[in-house]
Amino acid sequence: MDFSWLPKYGPLLLEGAWRTVLLVVLSGIIGNGLAIIVGFGRISRNFAVAKAALAFTSVIRGTPLLVQIFLMYYGLGSVFGEWDWIRQTFLWDYLREGFWYMVAALAISTAGYTGEVVRVALLSVPRGEIEAGRAFGLTGLQVIRLIWLPRALGAVLPTLAGETVLLLKATALASTITVMDLLGAANVVRSQTFRTYEPLLFVAAGYFLLTLLVERGFRLVERRFAKAYRRA
Amino acid sequence: MHFLDLLGWGEESWANQFIIGALATLQISVGGYLAGLLIGGLVAWVKLRGGRVPVAIANGYSTICRAVPEVLLIIILFYAGQSALDSLLESFEIDPEEWGISGFAAAVVVLGLVQGAYASEIMRGAILAIPRGQIEAAQAYGLHGAGLFRRIILPAMVPYALGGLANLWMVIIKDSALISVVGYNELLFTAKQAAGSTKYYFSFFLFAGAIYYVITLVSNGAIALIEARVRRWMPKMS
Repeated sequence: MDFSWLPKYGPLLLEGAWRTVLLVVLSGIIGNGLAIIVGFGRISRNFAVAKAALAFTSVIRGTPLLVQIFLMYYGLGSVFGEWDWIRQTFLWDYLREGFWYMVAALAISTAGYTGEVVRVALLSVPRGEIEAGRAFGLTGLQVIRLIWLPRALGAVLPTLAGETVLLLKATALASTITVMDLLGAANVVRSQTFRTYEPLLFVAAGYFLLTLLVERGFRLVERRFAKAYRRA
Repeated sequence: MHFLDLLGWGEESWANQFIIGALATLQISVGGYLAGLLIGGLVAWVKLRGGRVPVAIANGYSTICRAVPEVLLIIILFYAGQSALDSLLESFEIDPEEWGISGFAAAVVVLGLVQGAYASEIMRGAILAIPRGQIEAAQAYGLHGAGLFRRIILPAMVPYALGGLANLWMVIIKDSALISVVGYNELLFTAKQAAGSTKYYFSFFLFAGAIYYVITLVSNGAIALIEARVRRWMPKMS
């Protein structure tokens, strides 16, 4: 084991770690937002909406994430590249970079997996609480925002913590589409120092640490939720 | 060009390559799954029966394997495993290249190690879920050791473990795609080659995705049948 390369490549690895965190946060926010829509879609009484949401979660959960990422980056990317008008707009700066394809792919994947969690969570809220909200004169959207969602999401917080850990681990695939995340930085170190294992083991420890941080963070949120919704 | 023309037919076509790739995906998935069950069973046994140090090691293994990205584990284990396997085979004077087992065995072992961490937790939970009295009754009848495991514990734990283990099968089909990252020639790797050399990226990745989707859909159907069969003596769940 030789870690003498660490001081030289430290900044690169830190930058990679930052990009990994950025991937988790961005795709987490977008993906969980979409997941709420998908969850409501799954329990919709509108036949077409419910079927469309079911088809979406089934396809996303039934195919490898790596295929979805390649489909986005190489597939959509090459289609965008053929359109000249896109190349001339400011959008092209974003559409050239793997990072934004990765955010999109992760957000869509999160929407599929977490959408199913949200569906179960929404169904777990007692009907009476929602009806009570309506009886107090809240509008449909207010009921969702003030009663249904907080109660539902509070009930599945431990599951959401697990999903977020899965999201964190999934970000490592970004390195396959040339994104300089934590694993991507390790690959650079590997190719420049000709050391196979040390950089990989080093970033493995980094991911381990990030996982612990995510779990710790969710435990804090859980405690806050428990306090806020404690029965008087 | 029409996609079907691109895919072609016959020995030299991409269609044939895709069949080979899909079969490779199924092979490493089945192999990895069985390896995962074996490793998971052993680790579960250690967790339930072992002394302090073995239990700590078993817990460390499943914690690390569940906290580190699968793709990173696969890269580390694939290189480490392949070089270990090569030197092992060479010590028996078998040429790994000639037998072509090195890559396949490494893929199976790697997928098995990643799955074993999850499988061990599922099996541990399933064994703990067996009503204590059933095992005590078997012991009172004089069963112990392997006989107790084969006749009582195994059939009694299967219904509890089935849901989780079925889920792991779906996971390994998808995780097997990660093996393409280290250059093993399976379905996604084939798609990558086809897409790269024809420049029809979108069509070929979509096609690969469709094959994976068919595999998981068929698996889903089979799992439902197996579950109905295994749970036939259990009280119906509401």
